[in-house]
Amino acid sequence: MSIKKDYKFYLVFFAAALVLAAVFSFYASSSPDGLEKVAGDIGFAESAKDHANSDFALADYGVAGIENERFSVGIAGAIGVVATGAAASVLFLALRRKKIE
Amino acid sequence: MHIPDGFIDLQTSAIFAGAAAVCVGVSLKGARKELDDKSAPLAGLTAVFIFAVQMLNFPVGAGTSGHLLGGALAAVLVGPWAATLALTVVLLMQGFLFADGGLSAIGLNVFNMGVIGVWVGYGVYLIVKRVLPKRKASIALAGAIGGLISVPAAALGFVIQFALGGNATFSLTSVFTAMIGTHIVIGIGEALITGLTISAIMASRSDLVHGWKSNESKLLIKES
Repeated sequence: MSIKKDYKFYLVFFAAALVLAAVFSFYASSSPDGLEKVAGDIGFAESAKDHANSDFALADYGVAGIENERFSVGIAGAIGVVATGAAASVLFLALRRKKIE
Repeated sequence: MHIPDGFIDLQTSAIFAGAAAVCVGVSLKGARKELDDKSAPLAGLTAVFIFAVQMLNFPVGAGTSGHLLGGALAAVLVGPWAATLALTVVLLMQGFLFADGGLSAIGLNVFNMGVIGVWVGYGVYLIVKRVLPKRKASIALAGAIGGLISVPAAALGFVIQFALGGNATFSLTSVFTAMIGTHIVIGIGEALITGLTISAIMASRSDLVHGWKSNESKLLIKES
């Protein structure tokens, strides 16, 4: 397989993730997830404490100050995709076996 | 599935943070042996994809949602060691940047989703793959079933942590029944997303998929 074909595949994969996080995330269900629901039903939801970073600019997948919900979650998703990509790339490229020339 | 601060006491959280750190350390060693020039970028992209799809909560019955955990998916695509690392990166991003999952609970969450989810998903995948014919479609199906089982398994991790150090006292049987019951349903969504994603990648670049390469590696002479 050529290097060019590899890059094309990586690019398509990345673009798919970016579109999902930046565009489709707006349509995600806002109902409590499995654990939150169980915690609420059984009654231990109140034992949760506020998150230490709950005032952070990206808390709860929204950008502080952006009123429009679609843009707020979309931009937060895009930032998350880029940040995760950067962190994971540094980690995995550092770990990879060097080719023996 | 992301545990917030406060559900589990600090002592239990610290024990699981230690256990998670050991597992991540072992995974760093394992991944170093497995990752090469082609699989390393795929591992990074798998983390990115899981972050994105974890944002897409899908409804599961009345007033409840679930989202992909991604452990089985990552293990099939890039192997279990890199999968644990990919999930750990995602959970750290979510905890620190997006206030999703408590900071004191990061070890609990890495242990449930990044270790239990990955290894149960991968183990079930290997068992199912063994009984299926050696075809491309079998990889996706076995991965989907791995995904299905991995979600209630990760939920069981929470039940154990709650039993050891839950800050609230409630009947363990009811926590167990509710957690496992809800997460079996969420597991169906996990299975669908895992199966579809693996199918799509198998259709275009099966040569990059860890679970397929390990079938073929003895037959292929690498060109490059």
